[in-house]
Amino acid sequence: MSELFFQYLMAGLTYGMIYAVVGIGFNIIYNATGVINFAQGEFAMLGGMIAVSLVGAVPLPVAIAGAVLATMAIGALIEIAFFRWLSGPSVLRMIVITIGLSILIREAALLVWGQQVRALPYFTGDEVASLSIGGARMSPQVLWTVGTCGAMVVLVTGFFRWTTAGKQMRACASNRVAASLCGLPTRNLVTLSFVLSAGMGALAGCVVSPITYTQYNVGTGLAIKGFTVAILGGLGSSLAAVAAGLVLGQLEAFSVSLLPSAYKDSVSIAVLLAILFVRPTGFFAARVAYRP
Amino acid sequence: MRSHRHVQVGAFMAVAVAAQLLAVYSGKAFLLTQLTMSAYYTLAVIALSLLMGHAGQISLGHAGFFAVGGYTSAVLTTLDLSPRRNEEIVGVLARVGVLVERAELYGGQVLVVHPWVAFLCAVALSVTLAFAVGIPVMKLKGHYLAMATLGVGTIIFSVALGTTWLGAADGISGVPAFPLLRNLGVAGGASERVANYYVAFGLLALGMLLLLNLVQSRTGRALRAIHGAEDAASAMGIDVASLKLRTFVLSAALAAVAGVFLTHLNGGIGPSEASIMKSVKYVAIVAVGGMGSLWGTLGTSLALSFFSLRGWFGAFDDAVFGLILVAVMLFAPDGVLTLLPARAAASRSRRTRAAPAPEGDGGYELPVALAGQRPGEEGR
Amino acid sequence: MHMKTFRVLALAAAMIAAPRALAEEPIKIGALLAVSGPAAFLGAPEARTLQMLVDETNARGGIQGRKVQLVLKDTGASPEKAISFAKQLIEEEKVFAIIGPATSGETMAIKRLVEEGKTIMLSCAAAEVIVQPVAPHVFKTAQKDSHAAIKIFQQMREMKISRVGLLTSNTGFGKAGKEQIEKLAPDYGIRIVASEVYDKAATDLTAEVTKMKAAKVEAIVNWSIEPAQAIAIKNIRQLGLTIPVFQSHGFGNVEYAKAAGAAAEGVIFPAGRLHVADLLPKTNPQRAVLVAYRTGYESRFSEDASGFGGYAHDAFRILAAAIEQAGGPDRERVRAAIENMKGFVGASGVFNFSPADHNGLGLDAFELLTVKNGRFVPLSR
Repeated sequence: MSELFFQYLMAGLTYGMIYAVVGIGFNIIYNATGVINFAQGEFAMLGGMIAVSLVGAVPLPVAIAGAVLATMAIGALIEIAFFRWLSGPSVLRMIVITIGLSILIREAALLVWGQQVRALPYFTGDEVASLSIGGARMSPQVLWTVGTCGAMVVLVTGFFRWTTAGKQMRACASNRVAASLCGLPTRNLVTLSFVLSAGMGALAGCVVSPITYTQYNVGTGLAIKGFTVAILGGLGSSLAAVAAGLVLGQLEAFSVSLLPSAYKDSVSIAVLLAILFVRPTGFFAARVAYRP
Repeated sequence: MRSHRHVQVGAFMAVAVAAQLLAVYSGKAFLLTQLTMSAYYTLAVIALSLLMGHAGQISLGHAGFFAVGGYTSAVLTTLDLSPRRNEEIVGVLARVGVLVERAELYGGQVLVVHPWVAFLCAVALSVTLAFAVGIPVMKLKGHYLAMATLGVGTIIFSVALGTTWLGAADGISGVPAFPLLRNLGVAGGASERVANYYVAFGLLALGMLLLLNLVQSRTGRALRAIHGAEDAASAMGIDVASLKLRTFVLSAALAAVAGVFLTHLNGGIGPSEASIMKSVKYVAIVAVGGMGSLWGTLGTSLALSFFSLRGWFGAFDDAVFGLILVAVMLFAPDGVLTLLPARAAASRSRRTRAAPAPEGDGGYELPVALAGQRPGEEGR
Repeated sequence: MHMKTFRVLALAAAMIAAPRALAEEPIKIGALLAVSGPAAFLGAPEARTLQMLVDETNARGGIQGRKVQLVLKDTGASPEKAISFAKQLIEEEKVFAIIGPATSGETMAIKRLVEEGKTIMLSCAAAEVIVQPVAPHVFKTAQKDSHAAIKIFQQMREMKISRVGLLTSNTGFGKAGKEQIEKLAPDYGIRIVASEVYDKAATDLTAEVTKMKAAKVEAIVNWSIEPAQAIAIKNIRQLGLTIPVFQSHGFGNVEYAKAAGAAAEGVIFPAGRLHVADLLPKTNPQRAVLVAYRTGYESRFSEDASGFGGYAHDAFRILAAAIEQAGGPDRERVRAAIENMKGFVGASGVFNFSPADHNGLGLDAFELLTVKNGRFVPLSR
């Protein structure tokens, strides 16, 4: 019986890590601009698809690096083309633009790659390899996801807390006018935030690709779960996003043991709604300005 | 423009009549089919325009309420209760006339709810749901509001898709005609095309009249006050929460009405009517038509829905709406009409005057610094 | 896709405009297929197949000397579009017949209006309700889900399996499969001890499979189409379950077998014989048709042929044969010709229509296949 419990736990870990790794990307753009980028899921999709296209020609790590760089470039282009020159747009406008962008990116991906399902090869092992932990089994790719997630949290937190650019970005988000009065290159910082967010998203997309498969429309589902997790944790904090991801993943996994799994997705949405109604700042956000 | 709403609606009906006559006499009567379907979608969209444009509340789940209306009516008018005829409650309802017998498509008789009763139930359910959901949701702002409405829409879609007695992925088909008068019913047959066209446009005209009335009344001004600066409106004594909620509920009710009638016109409904993509398309149309303009939205909706249903966008339907969304939001956030020089000046001055309230975004707007809010703290 | 349609239409239009000895109107055939959107894996190969067949037919002079004009509409698997386009095809284009739609939901949405419009429809969708009750003008060319289920159960009985876990997706295909499996299981002494419905966009099914493991099942049946069917079998093997895994005929698409990689080895599933066409004995009546279809499709479109495209292939060939038999595009005669067609060799099986059976495929349309070294091979007894 406890073996089953542990297995559900591992399933929950798998789901949670997939969502968390996508959710982290939301926080970067949010921290710099206060905007939720609904197209974040598409960065994950692009990362996966580009990597799959490259992996035929170059070794896997090179393919992933290439995909991350390419997606970062796309992120920069998007910011420059669509957001840079807007003056004082409202939140409503920004939300709608990012939704529209996510649709366009998705349709473009359909045009380029077709509707076929693709996947990166497993980083270690193959489709049937599994590790046994405490009687429960899981694919080694899950450990890769956990590791990547951890690395991302360290990188992002470190970036915002200790690097100059990171601190400048926080200043920019906190009070843009004051920041630019201080001589900070606010516009470039915003572009940088898009670049980083895109890179994180692409990396996330690559590492989950063997588990979830990559298809032109995989971005939407990932985005919804990703920002559910980001909001649950309290927008702005990566560590909180991961914690929220773990919680949500477990909720979903154990809900399958009780409810028909057709409603598994509704469980996350219901939790999201509950949080929005009761405590929109999220589980873990303290009532101070924000933490990176 | 204000007090001429009856003239405006009258002109609209005249155009509709002219269009119908033109279609029939040029031998292209089949165009009426897509126009009729567009009219019903437009009814739902102008309701959204009231909510988004006048009350300033974004909703990414509007298609959900349309679907709630359509599905309720579909289920009630196709669920055969004759196996339970012996139960007391069924007997009572049948005697009272709530349940009626009708012929099934392929022979046999079924005992189902009367379409009018089904209609009332559908609207009632949608209103109840909007109330229940609206009370907490309308307190949210900015992207939290967007997420919450997205969440509501997604749950409705998941339920429609996942529930067996709602037809799951196949939806419900075999929905009967909706009887209006002795010889008139809402149905999709070719012989009933012209009559149904007028039913649809008549309903749309009524809806417009209702909304125009609302917008040009005290309530309308209160709504615009809320849209402009919520705190100021509240300080002036407007019950902001109540008004937002009532607008939300009204928009849901109108969407449900549209859903019921389209379902009977089509003879069925599927989960695609509740999808998030549908809601996004509605938002795109409202954005193009002009957030504050009911007539602009009406025209845009009729046009875009018609083109989409005629298949003009081909395989790029979603892409077209995505492109419209981005283009409009980038270049003409107050609607395409503002691209005309006279209107552009007016909208620019309106925007600087109104100084949109701190909706809790960070970094992009001056008022944020004044309001002292930071990313991560809004929505409270 | 649209460009090709325009070219065909333009070609046909030019043919009409050019002065000819016999001023014969082309035969207009409408197609309602989900070329884009969530059912693209069905509609896209079907649309391509139709394109290929129409071009081939016209190159040979058409049907009864008349060219075929294909009017293709992409419904995106949306029933309201299907309704709108169906009305367009019937009332405006006045097509002779309609091939498609690709999904059951769309087919049911337009079944009545097509029947009222007295237009022959050959649907490529699978639901039994499409032809049950029988509407005189409505036919379907996809195999019966019940037969797929029976094939699976027959094999299970041979393998002495009695406790089964069922995984289905929340699509129309999955739902139909679930109904058939649950209905027929008792006839073969099989108990469904665990049953889970998952979202078609699910990214991981470990929790659902864990539930199956907990129920100590002797075999698992997964009935879905989209990527989830590959995810399911991966998760089953990753959880250390070595029990037999059965898939539906939705697995008959090499792309998914490749996606599942090592996890696909040994999976058993019923399918049409398209993928093992070259392994069939020369005496098999389907072999010639299948090999011709496969080589034609793969050389023209540079992608693997799928069983789904076969539904459209059969629909067109049946229609063409019926028109030849009836001597021309006379609706009532062609309809009767289809209804009485016997022994028609198609890609999905051998069709035997009758007034009570508008599908015409029997249990023999299916063959049990398995995956060996990444290839589909017949399951050896």
